[in-house]
Amino acid sequence: MRYAYYPGCSLHSTASDYQQSIDSVFRKLAIELREIEGWTCCGASAAHVSNLLLPVALPVKDLLQAEKMGLEVIAPCAACYNRMRQANYKIKESAELRQKVNQILRADYQGQVKVRHISDVVVNEYGLKAIGQLLEKNLKGMKVVCYYGCLAARPQKIVAFDDAVYPSYLDRLIQTLGGEAIEWPFKTECCGGSFSVSKKEVVLKLTHDLLDTAKDLGAEAVVVDCPLCQFNLDFRQGEVEKQFRKHFALPVFYFTQLLGLCLGFRQKELGLEKLNVQPFALLEKKNLFV
Amino acid sequence: MARIGVFVCHCGTNIAGTVDVKYVAEEMAGEKGVIISRDYKYMCSDPGQNIIKEYVRLYKLDRVVVASCSPLLHERTFQNTVKEEGLNPYLVEMANIREQCSWVHKDRAEATAKAIELIKMTIGKARMNEPLFPKRIPIERQALVLGGGISGMQAALDIALVGHPVILVERTPSIGGRMAQFDKTFPTLDCAACILTPKMVDVRTNPNIRILTYAEVESVEGYVGNFTVQIRKKARSVDMSKCTGCGECMQKCPSQVDSEFDLGLGKRKAIYTPFPQAVPNVPVIDRVHCRFFTQGKCQVCQKVCPAEAINYKQEDEVITEKVGAIVVATGFDLSDPNTYSEYGGGRYKDVINGLQFERMINSSGPTEGHLRRPSDGKEPKTLVFIQCVGSRDENLGRPYCSKMCCMYTAKHAILTKEHIPDAQVYVFYIDVRAAGKNYEEFVRRAIEQYGAMYLRGRVSRIFEKNGKLIVRGADTLSKGQVEIEADLVVLATALVARQDATKVAQMLGIPYDQNHFFTEMHPKLAPVENVTSGIYLTGACQAPKDIPDSVASASGASVKVCALFAHEELIADPMIAEINPNLCSLCHTCVDICPFSAILEEEVQRPDGRLRRQMRVIDGVCHGCGACVASCRPGAITLKGYTDQQIYSEIESLASCF
Repeated sequence: MRYAYYPGCSLHSTASDYQQSIDSVFRKLAIELREIEGWTCCGASAAHVSNLLLPVALPVKDLLQAEKMGLEVIAPCAACYNRMRQANYKIKESAELRQKVNQILRADYQGQVKVRHISDVVVNEYGLKAIGQLLEKNLKGMKVVCYYGCLAARPQKIVAFDDAVYPSYLDRLIQTLGGEAIEWPFKTECCGGSFSVSKKEVVLKLTHDLLDTAKDLGAEAVVVDCPLCQFNLDFRQGEVEKQFRKHFALPVFYFTQLLGLCLGFRQKELGLEKLNVQPFALLEKKNLFV
Repeated sequence: MARIGVFVCHCGTNIAGTVDVKYVAEEMAGEKGVIISRDYKYMCSDPGQNIIKEYVRLYKLDRVVVASCSPLLHERTFQNTVKEEGLNPYLVEMANIREQCSWVHKDRAEATAKAIELIKMTIGKARMNEPLFPKRIPIERQALVLGGGISGMQAALDIALVGHPVILVERTPSIGGRMAQFDKTFPTLDCAACILTPKMVDVRTNPNIRILTYAEVESVEGYVGNFTVQIRKKARSVDMSKCTGCGECMQKCPSQVDSEFDLGLGKRKAIYTPFPQAVPNVPVIDRVHCRFFTQGKCQVCQKVCPAEAINYKQEDEVITEKVGAIVVATGFDLSDPNTYSEYGGGRYKDVINGLQFERMINSSGPTEGHLRRPSDGKEPKTLVFIQCVGSRDENLGRPYCSKMCCMYTAKHAILTKEHIPDAQVYVFYIDVRAAGKNYEEFVRRAIEQYGAMYLRGRVSRIFEKNGKLIVRGADTLSKGQVEIEADLVVLATALVARQDATKVAQMLGIPYDQNHFFTEMHPKLAPVENVTSGIYLTGACQAPKDIPDSVASASGASVKVCALFAHEELIADPMIAEINPNLCSLCHTCVDICPFSAILEEEVQRPDGRLRRQMRVIDGVCHGCGACVASCRPGAITLKGYTDQQIYSEIESLASCF
């Protein structure tokens, strides 16, 4: 298996631990990721609220590169994934936009490059059965909530690869790894996304509601597959605790980190030490600390 | 040489807006055989038809070409017009310059040029037209009604009233349908049972109506006036002639299962009638759950039956009936409430749908009319009703409005307050659609007199917290997010076509729409008719309909049946296939390809007395689709009204345009 890989800015910065764990896990799964050469911004957060052309033209520039490579694209960041899918959709839908974008980029792009979310490839393409056969450890006794966020689920007909409101692919993965995925109603609730930068108080309220419910339900950790969600839930957790005078101490893992642990990787290979809420006490308790 | 008149219609601005009709009419005057060509604002109107008649008379026209809309709409109109002047109606041809030209083009010059081409083709065909003469077919004056709900019952009663025999086939063990499940009806709040059950008795006692419950139609063959239907009477395991309906068997039966009639909120026995007022009041044994049928012992019902009516050996019986008309009244289903993951997707017991609420608040329902939370049996104090669940939702591919939810939700709000005066009722809505007689007033009553709190907005999520259901939604009028701690949530789930609607449609040979509702012949002017003549539609199998609409359409369909039955013979369309036995090789390709089974092989006696095998097209069954014509290798089949010559002439005329 081979894919064109579009890391996006997060995986080179705030989510470098996600990147590290992806590198390890994909090596083990023997899925080759070829980084798109000279990739540029996908336009997330800012471009799509500024005008109608830029948020399509930006991802198309990268998709054109991928088209030359003749490969499907994997995007690990839900925001990049969402932008690329939306760009493809809009290019196919509007002849006028297609013409404009192609004019700007001096290209002839028809929206044909398939864009996949990284979880979609791991869970649905590689398959849970195959993963089950590679496991060296398991998450036995670990109770987690899987938090999917919104960008890989909505708009449903453009991006979703599972139920748009109550998806289950991460839950199924966690079960495969031997852990317990708690049913909870906030799987695709909003975390505040990039308001983290412009209106922090919104994010603090929303992430508080998420963390509070997760804790209430007895979760010991949160599992995510989006760097934005991870940032808000993990990096802002201390501030949330301070503002709401509560104690959560809920580690927020990328699914690749837990998968990596079960595949036998060590903490350094998975960037675990970069998590803001320290996971080591929990991992030690579950015999996963090496 | 044909004498052709060409009449070009403006259709107001429908055609004239895009096509230069005056110019088109002038251009046509020069065509071969055209004696007169003119335009008029509305050809189908009375003055328009008079123009055609006058010109036929004045110029002794023997062919008429009308360039206007689709022949589906007005071919019959213009055929009748020329008939009044003594011209054979099949000498009229229509050029469709509206649906296939003016409506789909924007450029005036191009549309005008295309209209000219279309009309020239039609003139070419008209030149070759021959007079055709319809055949007469006898009519079997007995009707079949499919479905014993309120609309099927009404149709059966109306047809029976005129004196025609009716067979009423119902799939479940009793007639009554959805209405039997309801408690009160909007906007009058009279009790559904009080107005329904007397009607059920009327149906049962009417000597012209034969009720076949627990029965399904398996096949339909034939054509208008002459359908042959096979009906499977499922084995009831109870002898209908002996059973007195005492109910002893149902009391003593040891196996309990979820009642379909109560939507899982209550139980029934394995031998059961769906509800106490069932007609006929004869139970059936559900063989999937009966102990005797599953485990080989029990037979309690047989032991206790004083009439010795239990018969475990009864088998399905398939009967064949001849009917002249079929009324389809198969009703609707509710979409599965468990598919809405934002509303719990079936994870929360206290999220129910409107029909379950109806059963709960019905005094003969599983809770004897008391509102109870299914989870813990407690009386709910805060109730949230959510409208448009699954309706008006493009994401689910269901853009249509389910029509009656606004009204029944208002009714539920009122009933809740009457049962539990200190309850607080919230209703989330997109728009309140109360366009019926006394409907808007009814909704206002729910809001003003009963204090139901209407919130304009969607609910984004329902989740459980501390034993309460938290309903989170938007209130778009106050522009805020609201969260309501509810005890019970009622979803107005979408009305959908019956699960097997497409199968039924295929069996009957009737069309259905993208939502699987059966399609009427014309949405405005033929709302109960069907393109398959002899089949009529009524009730919610066509689209979501409430009780008044269902009853009205039932009476409408009945009038159509009675109009058909008013004559002993039917005049059949002559535009059907005809086989020339001298060219036919008896290869049977046409038999395989005919979608209507209209072709058969038979033995005929030749003039010299010898027998000869040949193929024949059955009048009345053939729809004139032309599939056999195209498939016939020796070219032995001709479609009358669409002969090879006519088509070639059309093509030649088109070719001459370039």
